[in-house]
Amino acid sequence: MSLSSHPVNAISPQASAHLDSLTDEAITIIREVAAECENPVLLFSGGKDSAVLLHLAVLAFAPARLPFPVMHVDTGHNFDEVIEYRDQFVKDLGARLVIASVQQSIDSGRVVEDTGPRASRNRLQSVTLLDAIAEHGFDAAFGGGRRDEDKARAKERILSFRDRQGRWDPRQQRPEPWDVLNARIRKGEHLRAFPLSNWTELDIWNYIAAHELPLPTIYYTHTRTVVERDGMLLSVGGPVVAEPGEVPYEAVVRYRTVGDASCTGAVESTASNVWDVIAEVAAARITERGATRADDTFSESAMEDRKREGYF
Amino acid sequence: MSNTVMSNTVMSNTAIARRGTLRIATAGSVDDGKSTLIGRLLHDTKTVFEDQLAAVVKASRRYGDGETNLALLTDGLRAEREQGITIDVAHRYFATPERSFIVADTPGHAQYTRNMVTGASNADVAIVLVDARHGVLEQTRRHAFIATLLGVKSIVVAVNKMDLISWDEAEFDCIAKEVSEYVQALPTPVPVVAIPMSALLGDNVVDASANTPWYGGPPLLEWLERFDAHPRRELGGRLHVQRVIRPQGGEYADFRGYAGVVNGGGFAVGDAVTVLPCGATSTVAALHRAGKSVGSADTGHAMVIELSSKVDVSRGDVIVVDSGRVAPSVGETVEADICWMVDQPLVVGSRWWFKHGSRTGRATVTAIDYHHDLASLDQEPTHELTLNALGHVQLLLSEPIVADRYVDNPVGGRMILIDEATNSTAGAAMITSVMP
Repeated sequence: MSLSSHPVNAISPQASAHLDSLTDEAITIIREVAAECENPVLLFSGGKDSAVLLHLAVLAFAPARLPFPVMHVDTGHNFDEVIEYRDQFVKDLGARLVIASVQQSIDSGRVVEDTGPRASRNRLQSVTLLDAIAEHGFDAAFGGGRRDEDKARAKERILSFRDRQGRWDPRQQRPEPWDVLNARIRKGEHLRAFPLSNWTELDIWNYIAAHELPLPTIYYTHTRTVVERDGMLLSVGGPVVAEPGEVPYEAVVRYRTVGDASCTGAVESTASNVWDVIAEVAAARITERGATRADDTFSESAMEDRKREGYF
Repeated sequence: MSNTVMSNTVMSNTAIARRGTLRIATAGSVDDGKSTLIGRLLHDTKTVFEDQLAAVVKASRRYGDGETNLALLTDGLRAEREQGITIDVAHRYFATPERSFIVADTPGHAQYTRNMVTGASNADVAIVLVDARHGVLEQTRRHAFIATLLGVKSIVVAVNKMDLISWDEAEFDCIAKEVSEYVQALPTPVPVVAIPMSALLGDNVVDASANTPWYGGPPLLEWLERFDAHPRRELGGRLHVQRVIRPQGGEYADFRGYAGVVNGGGFAVGDAVTVLPCGATSTVAALHRAGKSVGSADTGHAMVIELSSKVDVSRGDVIVVDSGRVAPSVGETVEADICWMVDQPLVVGSRWWFKHGSRTGRATVTAIDYHHDLASLDQEPTHELTLNALGHVQLLLSEPIVADRYVDNPVGGRMILIDEATNSTAGAAMITSVMP
């Protein structure tokens, strides 16, 4: 990835007007779901999309407090900086944090963990998420998913129905004319709400710049010991162990997405601030998931398969 | 120049400064090339990333498509890729230096019309594709009809696969004329422009084609970049209250704000307003957008309004500017055009949930006036509306709504019907009249 030859330090009037209309749309969705559903929750991973989502949710109800809790599905395979950031950001915004633990799902026998050097807990999150939704009686979960992330996500409604088993049926989605949101469900079913559906990666970064949102430091350039695996740079230490033949080395990188540490790759980058990142994203020729998520390159329909099982 | 049959939209340089994000939906029959066109648009605007293109090349080989099948950029579900069709709407995004675009690629099969309605309902422009070899089909007409009912501001007829008819100008003119005449005869006609193209080869999509020297218009992208989505007639500001914001403590203990989206016109601090349906009056004391205080608000803005006096306002109520040119109607007797989207037919006497703005209640069907015959455009009497039918109905609501005619203000004139048993969204209604 190369830096753009035209550094930016302001958002163009055109991009700014577009961002304002996306902001209006997201806030409207958040307010409507909160009004129609009895017990919503906002899924917060500490990543950039969920940070924008949480910030928008706070703005939607200001100056009143956020009327629903925030939930982190914790795989236990975290970047330390992200957990510190999560706790601080949630505290600063005055939100209430619920943690759903994949480790607990493993300990209680709800899921069986893959073993081996390439094992990932990413897919196990779906079970933990659905268990937590049932345990707390949540009837709607806000997620930071964006349609531009993946071809299966591009098919998703803004308000997406999940049956009693938490499954998504992409062939039987409710019509959603005009984004007039139909939040009617029966007991045991739930909804996923995606206020950032129409945002792109660049829109997210423009919002972060416009609102000076703090992010985990790993989104900006730093030096890290990595191994190259399947074209991705994985951080060694923590869940990733160098395999025979892989030589760990120091690289100047940043994270373009933040997910489970076992399957989230870093990208080479010297972007040290939000404007550098905006220039970099605008010039990028690889999608963020293609560049950074090992789990999405397993098969052609990896995301669709995970979503059918209840994934974010 | 072959544009003589079309009423083209005249664009001035001053309009360019006002252009905002353009929402586009594709429409047309199966295999007319909708997904391929969007794939071509994304590819030629350099919006396709290297890893996406590599995945499409790989999948094209896997599904035996020979050359790179750009439709696989939007046909993202496994079932779609296996069958080579579009089942549900896909949303894609791209921007040029001129403006940002939100694209809804919709399915052509009649059985998935409800998904086409979902994709087209927010569109400013519908691109109706026609396979030049087959001409105008029933689905072409159905989609053009639905798109105009839903209120697109213009239709672009993409006469596709022109390479397969040797770029025949006379054939193109014939198709362009047929669609244009059909649209002008619809209940809500809009301007139509036709462009000869090959989505597969890229002719007249982003780059002008060397194969159509007889065509005097711009390629598709240039037309879209320059299209001015004229704002509708201003009626006067309305805000359907989604939620009452009450901090109940701290420094904002006395704060009481009403959250919702502005539509139909604007609001300014100091405006005299009426709360409907109760009729209480007050004045706008403050306006907040995304947490910031502002002096005024326009259509589409998500606002919190503070009023200068304590009035009884709750979710479902509508705050209306007194100085508006047209007041909304209040009533529970509603007439509407409707797209029917579930297997269970709509019959006289049937009951549904309705949702209009932020108000929900029961709706009983009191009459079905007619359904639209898509070929003859006749209004045919019927005793039921079946899946994918378009008709005109009368409804009696369990409580009054504060509404506009859809043609005057889509936000104030749109309503959905919901199946009481399955909770599925069953109908998309466009209000034509509201009476007490």
